[in-house]
Amino acid sequence: MEALTWTGSMGWLNPVLGLAVGVMVLAYAVQILVSFVPSAGVRTIGSGGIAAANQGLSGLLGRAGSYAFLAALMIVVVYLLAGIVMGPAAGIFGGLAQQLLPVWIALAVLFVVSLKFKRSLGLYGKLFDSTVGMIGFGLVMFWVFTGVFGGVFDMLITHDSLSQVSGMKNKLPGTPLARAEPEEFQWFLLGGDNLARDVYSRLVKGSWVVVQIAPMATLFAFMVGITLGLPAGYYGGKLDVFLSFLANLILAFPVILLFYLLVTPEIVLTGIPNYMALVLFIFPLVFLAVLLNSRFYTQPSLRTPLLIIVLGIAGWLYLSLVSTDGAIVDAPTYRIPGLPAFVDLFDIDPGVLVVFVSVVFVNAPTVFRIVRGLALDIKTRDYVAAAQTRGEGPWYIMLWEILPNARGPLIVDFCLRIGYTTILLGTLGFFGLGLESESPDWGTTINAGRRLLSLYPHAAIAPAVALLSLVLGLNLLADGLREESLRD
Amino acid sequence: MGIFILRRLGVMLLTALCLTFIVFWLTNLYPNLEKLAKTQGNFRMSDEAVASYLENRGYLQPTPIKFGQWLGVAPGWVTEAADGKVTGRCFSSDTPVDARPTFCGILQGDWGFSTVFKEDVGPTVLTRLALTGKLMLCVLLLMVPSALIVGVLAGMREGSRLDRSLSTFSIATTATPEYVSGVIFIAVLASSRFGLSPWLAEMGWIDSKTLFLGSATSAMENATFWNFFLPVLTISLYGMGYIARMTRASMTEVMTAQYIRTARLKGVKFSDIVLKHALRNALIAPFTVIMLQIPWLLNGVVIVETLFNYKGFGWLLVQAAANNDIELLLAVSVVSVIVVLATQLISDIGYVFLNPRIRIT
Repeated sequence: MEALTWTGSMGWLNPVLGLAVGVMVLAYAVQILVSFVPSAGVRTIGSGGIAAANQGLSGLLGRAGSYAFLAALMIVVVYLLAGIVMGPAAGIFGGLAQQLLPVWIALAVLFVVSLKFKRSLGLYGKLFDSTVGMIGFGLVMFWVFTGVFGGVFDMLITHDSLSQVSGMKNKLPGTPLARAEPEEFQWFLLGGDNLARDVYSRLVKGSWVVVQIAPMATLFAFMVGITLGLPAGYYGGKLDVFLSFLANLILAFPVILLFYLLVTPEIVLTGIPNYMALVLFIFPLVFLAVLLNSRFYTQPSLRTPLLIIVLGIAGWLYLSLVSTDGAIVDAPTYRIPGLPAFVDLFDIDPGVLVVFVSVVFVNAPTVFRIVRGLALDIKTRDYVAAAQTRGEGPWYIMLWEILPNARGPLIVDFCLRIGYTTILLGTLGFFGLGLESESPDWGTTINAGRRLLSLYPHAAIAPAVALLSLVLGLNLLADGLREESLRD
Repeated sequence: MGIFILRRLGVMLLTALCLTFIVFWLTNLYPNLEKLAKTQGNFRMSDEAVASYLENRGYLQPTPIKFGQWLGVAPGWVTEAADGKVTGRCFSSDTPVDARPTFCGILQGDWGFSTVFKEDVGPTVLTRLALTGKLMLCVLLLMVPSALIVGVLAGMREGSRLDRSLSTFSIATTATPEYVSGVIFIAVLASSRFGLSPWLAEMGWIDSKTLFLGSATSAMENATFWNFFLPVLTISLYGMGYIARMTRASMTEVMTAQYIRTARLKGVKFSDIVLKHALRNALIAPFTVIMLQIPWLLNGVVIVETLFNYKGFGWLLVQAAANNDIELLLAVSVVSVIVVLATQLISDIGYVFLNPRIRIT
């Protein structure tokens, strides 16, 4: 079995792609340079007030650049389609394209459905009016689908992410397996790491860790930030001074010092992360209770059963979340009993829990400050004054008048913050904190790969590029959302 | 203004006290102390041996008392061993009895003793800070001008091709944390087997094996472009995008102002409008952003110093935290808290000076 090249039998397309990209870069660069030279009247207005395209040299260059860009895009699509059909015969890219086929299908279905019904989908639908937003959303959903298909259903991976294959240590991308069984996948598509494991399969498995933890942690941070930030901004006074001082105190910590203090096995032994989980995870419960009660307290016949059902389910989830093996805190010297194991819905690994808690803890103060600022601004509006005159309670005004009107900036910040949380998770992995050393998440993999970076860079580059593309996608998505939410 | 600064300094002091107390409390939890005793003594110590080791060194007193000792407001511990040897926090057993001080804490200028480096904490932190200062200076010299140039160029003509290319570049840099860009830079520019270096060496364009050096250890004594540029670039890039985007936003706002239109209608050259009319007002907002970015750089410094093996302040933080070196860790957190709060104060004061529309009462 021969080693795969990057594009295999589709290699004849490479010079064409290079040419297209070269023309595009050159045309755009020259166009930018030309724009520094002042010129008059390049834009003409046709009949009916429609602006014609740019004329002259600048317009020509712009068009050449756009065509070259489209050509490059088409060639990439050709690579992709050829890869799906031909598989590893079309090189490493082909192999990857074929392995990721379920992701492509899911992405295509999602985009077609969303584009078709975009007018009836609110802000989400408007996202599909912005190119930047669509690119960002595509990148994010690519990793979400990869995480779900690869992590939950074990679909995309070619080898087990933990098993070591003899003779594959530090092998380059596209190396065939030395003694592969016929039914096995014959290559390590992205090479082997320093423990002879498949980099590609670890990448796919690692995306599930990130896709799972980052949005959840951000959501909890938002719950904490909103529940504390709204009253701080709305009431002001001593409460605001106190909460702002606490938030600034946490923000004054260098993040990495905080991680080193919180995410060590010794601290896990003392049970402090469990106490923090106990406190931080109660906020969604409080939020839900106040949210529903402030709206429906005038109709007790609806409010009471609703609260019992919602809080019952949320409380069960909360207790399942904080208790492991029938105990909330299980320190060597004492033990606080929690939910018994047979009604415990899921157990969270202590390493994951401490990572989760510290990421929420680091993010919450920033969210608090944003929500507080928004509440300070919005509480001076007329509709708040109208609600106050109507005699609505303070929590109704905060949660049903101020919060919905602050949603635009909050949604944008939510996307950005998921990206930041992803970076934080990577930082934790990079310093070897929290998750165990064989965990496939990207930060840990980069940390393992950086020791041999100048000799075998592929083991660290693959997760680095993956993390980069996910965070870039989230930033572009946030940009698109900001643009679209400002438009109305 | 004076009262404002005084009040801010008061809050700073209170924050620093609370923060050091939290660090103190977390590092003094029993499992951490046990780890400290085992790394200092030996790993096979029995529980009793650990307890007596900690008892003799004053670690088992109540936390507020220990914190007072560290601050220098409570008398230091004194232990008399079975053989009559007296040791204490502030003196060793061979100090004459009348020369033994009662108080020794940071108020007396004694920052304690580092258990990892076997040195006094004060000088250790100062040497490392000087090294990091050198790194930060280079970062600021590279990051601030390039971020401002990128931002101003992008904001000058909103929506142009230049604006779109530079904005994409800024977004891409904010999405690239230091450990990602550092890894990519080392692989592409500083590896003798991959990336650009072997190609350039073959063409005879570079004398050494690699374009840049992937480790900055030698830059601690003698920083050159070759061994110091990659770490500086890695830190600068992450912070740069944010400042550039803020500069762009502020620049686009200024460029739509009435007085710019007046200048254009008057027939002022476009370059003069940008340089003489717009720039001054457009740079007020980025100033605050730059100052507030400095504490974030501290994070980047920790990552980059670990990645490039540059033994500065960030590397010290990692060493202190990984080995539970209590007094070193406290000194490190005091320094970083001062950096964070001082930059906030400077940005507030500077904003008032730059923007005459704002008055602090």
